Amino acid sequence: MPKMNMIQAINLALHEEMEKDETVLVMGQDVGVNGGVFRATEGLSVKFGKERAIDTPLAESGIIGSAIGMAIAGLKPVAEIQFSGFSYLTLGQLEGNAARMRTRSRGQFTCPLVMRMPYGGGVRALEHHSESKETYWAHTAGLKVVIPSSPRNARALLTAAIRDPDPVIFMEPKHSYRAFKEEVPEKKETMEIGKAEIVREGSDLTLVSWGAMFHLTKKVVDQIQSERKVSIELIDLLTISPMDSATINASVRKTGRCVIVQEAQKTLGPASEIIARINDEVLMYLEAPVKRVSGYDVVMPYFGREKMYLPTMERIRRAIEETLEF
Amino acid sequence: MPLKTIGKFSLSYLQVLDDKGKLDENLEPKLSNTELNKLYRAMYLARQLDSRMLKLQRQGRLGTIPVCTGQEACVCGATFALRDSDWFVGSYRELGGRLMRGEPLINPMIYYNGYEEGSFNPVNDRTLPINIILGSQLPHAVGAAYGSRLKGEKENASLVFFGDGSTSEGDFHEAINFAAVWKLPVVFFCQNNQWAISTPRANQTHSESIAQKAISYGIDGIQIDGNDVLAVYKATKDALDRGRAGEGPTLIEAVTYRMGVHTTADDPTRYRKNAEVEEWSKKDPIKRFENYLIEKKAWSARKQKTMEDEIKAEIEQTVKDFENMTDFKPDSPFDYLFETETDDIKALRAEFLNEIGKDADNA
Ligand SMILES: Cc1ncc(C[n+]2csc(CCOP(=O)(O)OP(=O)(O)O)c2C)c(N)n1
Ligand SMILES: [Mg+2]
Repeated sequence: MPKMNMIQAINLALHEEMEKDETVLVMGQDVGVNGGVFRATEGLSVKFGKERAIDTPLAESGIIGSAIGMAIAGLKPVAEIQFSGFSYLTLGQLEGNAARMRTRSRGQFTCPLVMRMPYGGGVRALEHHSESKETYWAHTAGLKVVIPSSPRNARALLTAAIRDPDPVIFMEPKHSYRAFKEEVPEKKETMEIGKAEIVREGSDLTLVSWGAMFHLTKKVVDQIQSERKVSIELIDLLTISPMDSATINASVRKTGRCVIVQEAQKTLGPASEIIARINDEVLMYLEAPVKRVSGYDVVMPYFGREKMYLPTMERIRRAIEETLEF
Repeated sequence: MPLKTIGKFSLSYLQVLDDKGKLDENLEPKLSNTELNKLYRAMYLARQLDSRMLKLQRQGRLGTIPVCTGQEACVCGATFALRDSDWFVGSYRELGGRLMRGEPLINPMIYYNGYEEGSFNPVNDRTLPINIILGSQLPHAVGAAYGSRLKGEKENASLVFFGDGSTSEGDFHEAINFAAVWKLPVVFFCQNNQWAISTPRANQTHSESIAQKAISYGIDGIQIDGNDVLAVYKATKDALDRGRAGEGPTLIEAVTYRMGVHTTADDPTRYRKNAEVEEWSKKDPIKRFENYLIEKKAWSARKQKTMEDEIKAEIEQTVKDFENMTDFKPDSPFDYLFETETDDIKALRAEFLNEIGKDADNA
């Protein structure tokens, strides 16, 4: 298979799953004829028809509410919310119903739906087009939250999300949509939801990140490792909830040092939970306080100031160095 | 028992100047030549600024912008019916209306260059900033009208703009229902420009018109020619007058057309035919109004030339000023988080300043 970017990989997963399973459909604003504003659903309406690539009226709560009904009735809707900044209109339906339908009905009704949406900053977009609020969803029991970082894992994880028997919030780092290409295997591939990936093994420090920040973090690691002899274990979290603390904690137990890089605001971002779990299980192995590099607790600025409010390579590097030297 | 009729409804369509520029004198609003010239200038300015900003955007000097060309009669005509003390509540496709509310020409350039400073209207404090969450501005207009009424400003009304697509959001329905139940002076002004990005009006709602939705909420509704500025002005003025007289809200559906791209990130050739755009270009609202003014002897080629030169100079000066702007305080997002800075935020601001101070990436 040729190399592809993340948008193409997402598109591939959607094609594959719609081909394989007739109950899978996509729905959302501009996903049919237009192929989605980022073209993630390109070609689906031509191939599978308007009934399975549904251009909906403009209403997020309506999209997710009806997806819940479809899921209950045995379909597997993959709903696109055009930008995560508009997804909060679905919180009522997801928290109030999708997340608890299995519990409420004692397993009689379930919601195997996926809500996909681009999120995150760095693309010079308008207000509401740059936030990272994965915590909103992760803070709701009954929802799984997945964030791919590359074309290959986006394809594999989206496939897993569609096949998952429960509601999955699939947050796509739009900064990475077309940032780079990667070999995506010809053969269908899935990855387990709820598993972090150790991308590079190391013994001196554990570095955890996800989404678009993962690449920035990796660049810094490459830089540092080309300059000095230090061994950094790099972990791509991939699923925010359920969180794979087993992988992180095993790594921290080995390295004794940990830095977390998140795009989300500082307070109550996923890093807070990672640190709490380190504290629960491997505190005694720490040789330095765990550091986090994050956004700030302000309303995400318009793009003119955006760069200053996102983690930078410099900030990540300083955090790593301070932690190593502690 | 036979079924009995429990309600019969009808709906009107208003046009004062038809596509050919023919005037219905009985409907012609009573505006002086000075007023008419002012309104015409506002529309012309909006068009020119819109085109200039599109150019700036294509040169990479602005981020993504929505294009307002073709909808000047809607925003300018409706805003013209408003008093300064009324509430102006919009989304993002009301450039001309915002300028009429006193917004400096440089504001949209600052805004679309990614700075909140461009959201601040220094002249009118009853003009809400651009709101991108579709439909969410409608209930605000309702609450503002309620606030004015409770504070004894009985004459104050709200005018709220939104698109055809936005009528599918729950907020649209909730807002109209609230305004109706509370009998508030709110004018709900729908700019039906036929498209919500790639979704045509027909796929947005099964109703034949958007105006008829008024009926289900028990309020006045009317469909108007949104490219006929006289119809827009008249319908809005009448609705505001009724609202001020305690007769409640009105839903206006202005039928118009989005002549340009949705935003500069959009490619309409994927979903609409150029023939449709060409058809609508014959109904240009500015041209139609200009012909009316000339016919009425309220305008001349000489006046046109003077205005064009003035506006061109004004816009070019603004572009210069815009390009010379450099001073944006890095930590201003902290300034506007709360009225009183919390200790937590104070510490975070210090951390932020410290970090960017060290950061070569930001130098
Ligand atoms: C709640 C919400 N959902 C989705 C969007 C993304 N979006 C921006 S504009 C637009 C279409 C709006 O159509 P319409 O209301 O007709 O206004 P127009 O752009 O035509 O003026 C969409 C879907 C948004 N801004 N807000
Ligand atoms: Mg529209």
